Amino acid sequence: MTTVPKPVPVPVQLGLPRRLVEFALDDEPVRVPEGSTILDACEAVGKDIPTLCYGDTLTPKNACRVCVVEVEGARTLAPACSRKAEPGMTVRTDTERARHSRKIVLELLASSVDLSTTPHVAGWIREYGAEPDRFGPDAATVADRAPKVDNDLYVRDYGKCIMCYKCVDACGDQWQNTFAIAVAGRGFDNTISVEHDAPLTDSACVYCGNCIEVCPTGALSFKTEFDMREAGTWDEDAQTEATTICAYCGVGCNLTLHVQDNEIVKVTSPHDNPVTHGNLCIKGRFGFQHVQNRD
Amino acid sequence: MRDRKRNDRKPKQYPRLTHPMVRDNGELRRATWEEALDRAAAGFARTTQEYGADAFGMFSCARSTNEMNYVAQKFTRVVMGTNNVDSCNRTCHAPSVAGLSAAFGSGGGTSSYQEVEETDLIIMWGSNARFAHPIFFQHVLKGIHNGARMYAVDPRRTSTAEWADRWLGLNVGTDIPLAHAVGREIIHAGLANTAFIERATSGYEEYAAEVEPWTLSVAEQVTGVPADAIRELAHAYATAERAQMCWTLGITEHHNATDNVRALINLSLLTGHVGRYGSGLQPLRGQNNVQGGGDMGAIPNRLPGFQDILEPEIRTKFEAAWNTVIQPRYGMNLTEMLDGIERGVLRSVYCIGENPAQSEADCEHTIKRLEMLDHLVVQDIFLTKTAELADVVLPASASWCETEGTATNSERRVQRVRKAISPPGEARDDIAILCDLAARLGHDDWKYADSEEVWNELRAVSPDHYGMTYARLEEHQGIQWPCPSEDRIEPTYLHGRLWEKDPARRGMPAPFGPVKHSPPVDLLDERFPIRMTTGRRLDSYNTGVQSSGFASPMRRGEYIELSPEDAATYGVEAGEEVRISSRRGDVTAPVWIDPGLRPGLAFMTMHFPDEVDTNQLTIEATCPIAGTAEYKATAVRIDKPAVSV
Repeated sequence: MTTVPKPVPVPVQLGLPRRLVEFALDDEPVRVPEGSTILDACEAVGKDIPTLCYGDTLTPKNACRVCVVEVEGARTLAPACSRKAEPGMTVRTDTERARHSRKIVLELLASSVDLSTTPHVAGWIREYGAEPDRFGPDAATVADRAPKVDNDLYVRDYGKCIMCYKCVDACGDQWQNTFAIAVAGRGFDNTISVEHDAPLTDSACVYCGNCIEVCPTGALSFKTEFDMREAGTWDEDAQTEATTICAYCGVGCNLTLHVQDNEIVKVTSPHDNPVTHGNLCIKGRFGFQHVQNRD
Repeated sequence: MRDRKRNDRKPKQYPRLTHPMVRDNGELRRATWEEALDRAAAGFARTTQEYGADAFGMFSCARSTNEMNYVAQKFTRVVMGTNNVDSCNRTCHAPSVAGLSAAFGSGGGTSSYQEVEETDLIIMWGSNARFAHPIFFQHVLKGIHNGARMYAVDPRRTSTAEWADRWLGLNVGTDIPLAHAVGREIIHAGLANTAFIERATSGYEEYAAEVEPWTLSVAEQVTGVPADAIRELAHAYATAERAQMCWTLGITEHHNATDNVRALINLSLLTGHVGRYGSGLQPLRGQNNVQGGGDMGAIPNRLPGFQDILEPEIRTKFEAAWNTVIQPRYGMNLTEMLDGIERGVLRSVYCIGENPAQSEADCEHTIKRLEMLDHLVVQDIFLTKTAELADVVLPASASWCETEGTATNSERRVQRVRKAISPPGEARDDIAILCDLAARLGHDDWKYADSEEVWNELRAVSPDHYGMTYARLEEHQGIQWPCPSEDRIEPTYLHGRLWEKDPARRGMPAPFGPVKHSPPVDLLDERFPIRMTTGRRLDSYNTGVQSSGFASPMRRGEYIELSPEDAATYGVEAGEEVRISSRRGDVTAPVWIDPGLRPGLAFMTMHFPDEVDTNQLTIEATCPIAGTAEYKATAVRIDKPAVSV
């Protein structure tokens, strides 16, 4: 006979109030709450650091190295997104060494991945003087991978994937806990995949689209956006955004509706929202079509 | 890997309504707004003149904004002069509101989502939140990853139960025996919070006597849950430092639903798991504004701000604000109104954004009733089954994306609804339509410049909402009620007063509800041996009018879900069409085999009523206190269809 183990009550610890930490950022003193990262401090004082694999709702993965800064006394450059601020440290964000490192990262990524829909990257390439073409026309690339269009809701275009792992983390234990996707393959051939590289429709995917929400390059996109880009009608400048409340249940998720020509073309959710933290379910993310079945 | 065989059955898609319609010679035809509004108003005036104010009923909309619900209930009370206003909260969580307000004087959930992340124990009772409230469940998952234990109480081993430390698979409709056995075990193990019980509650002795017969072994026989598991749940709940009790329609869609809710509240009173950060009660609401609709007074017994109609001072305040006389008695709820139609006392109905012809239990009966009305006006974004029965159809804007306003969620958070797109064709804003009808019925002073003006009118009469200006709602990404002051944000949990040392500040003690077990009305017998229960799927919603609009790769249409054991007993295979009959009707649907079901238990949804009308089977046995029907417990039989000749 098996005996049921008696539950042992262990209280879950609540967080303690945080102290402030002072350090030097580009020769200016800054004070941030204990536990903040260098990137948090940069954002607080309005300093622009490029990021790709960093996600404001995710634990840093340190995959892309584009946000590196120089910490005095440290042997290597530190990723600003994950390096915690410590009292008395001296950080420089714009040294020759940091700029050079960012330039190389951008050159390697831009030569091997289609970054045409990655926000801000064209500006960074100019700013850091990166020359992605310098590896020549034979440089290895994944940009020629065909987009995977296997359902009516969203498209996976892995020619645009920089392997930042954000979608895997959002699908996994950090938010959705569905675990439909993981990294498959080794070396240059590694890729994000569902089990057995099956179509999404034969996978564990529940179409919450929380992977699209965190994707930094547009590798994952709404089918509506993908189709409009193909047709040349996608025009972000002509789009408006309004944040409203989802109509599908009583949880009260905040939906940001992206609208072009009076049509909802994409749905996101504010990452700092106390209800969603940027996450939605299939109904909130994709269930808008009923209001625009207009004829 | 999951089997996702799909077939070609496509649910009916509804096009938007783009122009008003009126019925001539039995047919709906296109009309101008002038003509449609004139007809709508004339019908209301006629029935009121002939049969009195109480011959009118308003079905307001739990999907629309607070502002629209405020104007709809004001229209009912001021223009039509009756308290007959209600909404589909009746089909889901009215019992939660009734139970919570009986215990604490306020009908909202007592905790917040964030607290679920920082609690020690989470009980999901009759709630498949993983499917029905996926983003709430993300907060539960955070809690679990933070170290909280989770218990799932559900007849089905659902995808919520997959995350539980323990699943308690009880027989449908035995929630009270299980709760009472948990309560008795807590008392007998000496784990009751006696200090809290003495200071903050009343009726403990009666409660203790009521639960005394429910020993673990008796409860095991009735509920089907092993005694060991019941004991474990009791000890875990009583000894946790903080605990959250969450429930959904598994508790409330029963004929004795308010009693079910009281039975769960009793456990929180017994252990002191209410009124503290991380300890509380969370009913998970099914519609985007079902909480707000009630808060705004779109219910027959409360004025805006959940203020009781029977209180003379409250009525006086509203009578002065609205320059009217309010009837000093409760109106009819939705269930009573439908019954009132049949008895000939309710003659005209103004139905805004509801689809009772498909959402009510035993819907054939509901359709017959709606057909008996002298005058039915339906205001909706689609030509629903209910709209097809109307005398006048008014095309509305979709409130969640085509209007401005606010909505209130399950954690009492009032949030801004914003207009993102323009409504199609001639469709108009609900509030503008209501005001135009009011003008035709002698109230031509009803003019609102915008939704904020409506909201400010509401703030002036509802102390719980007074501190929530639109600017503050924007600044804080929503504010939870109560919010009586513009300078303060109140704690995220309710009823902290119960822990005050000073009796004056502690206020009314919270009464235990000495409720009794009452098994489901639709009895199992040799003819109808299978217990069918209902629920939602992840990618679909209610009667499917909204969710059929998008192409979900997971959608597979309606099935009757059976346990592998029952499928073997009846000799049916997955995908095979069978006839499902209850004492009220029969439908056919293909079989789906779900190993999460126990033998004797079947499951269907109401998402595809145009394909398989599940509510032809369900029983209209309603909760006498809250009026909610017993969608969760139907006795059915399964037959292979007769071979056609």
